[in-house]
Amino acid sequence: MSTTRDDTLFDTSEITVSMGPQHPSTHGVLQVKLKLDGERVLDAECVIGYLHRGVEKLGEAQTYGQFAPTLDRMDYIAAVSNCLGYCETIEKLLGIQAPPRAQYIRVIMTELNRISSHLLWLGTHALDIGAMTVFLYAFREREEILKIFENYCGARLTTHMFRIGGTQYEIYEGFQDQARKFVQEFPKHVDEYETLLTENRIWIGRTRGVGVISAKDAIDLGVTGPTLRGSGVEWDLRKAKPYAAYSDFQFDIPTGETGDTYDRYMVRIEEMRQSARIVAQGIEKIPDGPIMAKLSKIIKPPVGDIYHSIEAPKGELGYYIVSDGSTQAYRARVRPPSFVNLQALKKMVAGHMVADVVAIIGTLDIVLGEIDR
Amino acid sequence: MDFFIDYILIPLIKIAIIMAVVPGYVAVITLAERKVIAWMQVRLGPMRVGPWGVLQMVADPLKLLLKEDIIPARADRWVFIMAPVICLIPALVVLAVIPVGPSFEIFGRTVTMYVTDVNIGVLYVLSISSVGVLGIILGGWASNSKYPLLGALRSAAQMVSYEVALGFSIIGVLMLSGTLSLVSIVEAQKNAGAWYVFLQPIGFILFFICGVAETNRAPFDLPEAETELVAGFHTEYSGFRFSLFFLAENANMLTVAAMAVTLFWGGWLRPFPNVAALGFLDFVPGVVWFISKVVVFLYLYLWFRASWPRYRYDQLMKLGWQFLLPISIANVIVTAILIVVFDKG
Repeated sequence: MSTTRDDTLFDTSEITVSMGPQHPSTHGVLQVKLKLDGERVLDAECVIGYLHRGVEKLGEAQTYGQFAPTLDRMDYIAAVSNCLGYCETIEKLLGIQAPPRAQYIRVIMTELNRISSHLLWLGTHALDIGAMTVFLYAFREREEILKIFENYCGARLTTHMFRIGGTQYEIYEGFQDQARKFVQEFPKHVDEYETLLTENRIWIGRTRGVGVISAKDAIDLGVTGPTLRGSGVEWDLRKAKPYAAYSDFQFDIPTGETGDTYDRYMVRIEEMRQSARIVAQGIEKIPDGPIMAKLSKIIKPPVGDIYHSIEAPKGELGYYIVSDGSTQAYRARVRPPSFVNLQALKKMVAGHMVADVVAIIGTLDIVLGEIDR
Repeated sequence: MDFFIDYILIPLIKIAIIMAVVPGYVAVITLAERKVIAWMQVRLGPMRVGPWGVLQMVADPLKLLLKEDIIPARADRWVFIMAPVICLIPALVVLAVIPVGPSFEIFGRTVTMYVTDVNIGVLYVLSISSVGVLGIILGGWASNSKYPLLGALRSAAQMVSYEVALGFSIIGVLMLSGTLSLVSIVEAQKNAGAWYVFLQPIGFILFFICGVAETNRAPFDLPEAETELVAGFHTEYSGFRFSLFFLAENANMLTVAAMAVTLFWGGWLRPFPNVAALGFLDFVPGVVWFISKVVVFLYLYLWFRASWPRYRYDQLMKLGWQFLLPISIANVIVTAILIVVFDKG
């Protein structure tokens, strides 16, 4: 509706507010068209595509090796997971396996990346709900992880950490000490975030019963990751279909009960602790050996197609690659977790208030780079 | 001549002092807010402008003054211009009745530390400060844009509902002191031998919660919840006009802190005014006591902001009407019963 003088906002009971793409809390360039009755949300429609860069199409024009760094730009918060998923998919297509040492390095780095992704989620989610100190505390710990990444491969965000067939770099001297120090101190910091939020009346009020999604609805919509586990479904690809070296590690899958924002918060908090636990196990038993499988310089997988998925911090990250036997993929399709999880938004926000929309977008933990690709 | 000095010159000087102190205070509190919250968040805060970032207090207002002053084409021009002024004036005017310290003698004249002692001081503060909300509604309305309007409506609803509980929370103090004049309330606390916070602890807590809500500060800062409503009622404002809203908000914080100190924390009185053993504390002037108490409450504001998430609109209403209001009424009744019982016993 327009807001000219003759037709003011009071004349209608329904107003449409366009939240985004330049809104501080739509986590990037998501646009949500909200139909409001006062402060109550009647309907929400997501408009995506503002960050579309044609990543999948690029996969058809780049060689298998060249495509990997491009994929880092999808979920730029969890670039390591993107890279791991892709490298494993191509390895599966080639019928090879990365050596155990490389597998361990991959697990450690991916779990550190999961922590950093969850920390960013925690900080921004809390900031959206108004608790701004958590944001800076979370970034303090995230910085330590990024320093480890930087020491390992030189990059902090879009790391391109692994290669098809293993890893490019050997771990640096002092890596174990630095990582050990981090995982020893990290649980204390998680307690610190929890003192600020977990039992805070306002936080509970803002998250309990907000954005509830039942296990059935979540499964029907294809929601995965912490968002699904918050609804009480114990589904984690690390356990369900172990990849890399995950079958060697001890860890628990935290689940929620009611599937509200608070449950998803608790799930992610616990996942951070579990990830620290995995890293702690990994650094103590990295096997010796090569870090790269024997592989020809030019990667030419046989004709065929493959689907492989991993548990990225946001949910199931799947790659579907069709090979025509050349050095470039015939079709490279990505199943990004954020894109699928975002479909739950409409169901979650119905009947809630404007302030809850922000909380729900936050709890879905979406990254627009991955949604639009 | 005496008339001129007593009724025109001295009040004018006092008014000038208030008008000068408030913007200065706002400059300081802005820097303090950034610094204190930064320390709580393991940051340094502003460090670039001047040593230790001190000149930031000059740089911030200067930047606002130099910015382009935009009036949206669709805005209701005159209302848009007037709104920040309507918001600011009550915020400054209420400070007139707040007694900063005991009166003192200078050049053979008794000078009081307030502009005027209205015998309905508390009512005056409550009524004038609630005019400020009009500026916010008009500002949101005149912007003719969605986010400001939603922000303004939130603000109006919030201020109106919390004013009720705020009023009730003060009644306990009024029953104890038997007067509405702020000066007499402080003196009554001296005579009672105890700050009223010890006699009215629940009243004080209610007053301060409502006061924070009245000034739209965290965790009740919904009208300007940036993550939801961009900047709330002042989304369309920029430059100087924005700074007037900012000034008004901070002046209101000062008013609430000063009222809390005056009504509950003994105004300019030293701690334990009835304990003679602490008489040595009297060498500290009353003004210093008053200001240091106010600073404590201003610090609380910042502490709240760094610690707590934000309430949701309906939760805020629920808290105000279903929780604070009943308790404040119960507080009035209990106080009344206790006064009767103890006066007879």
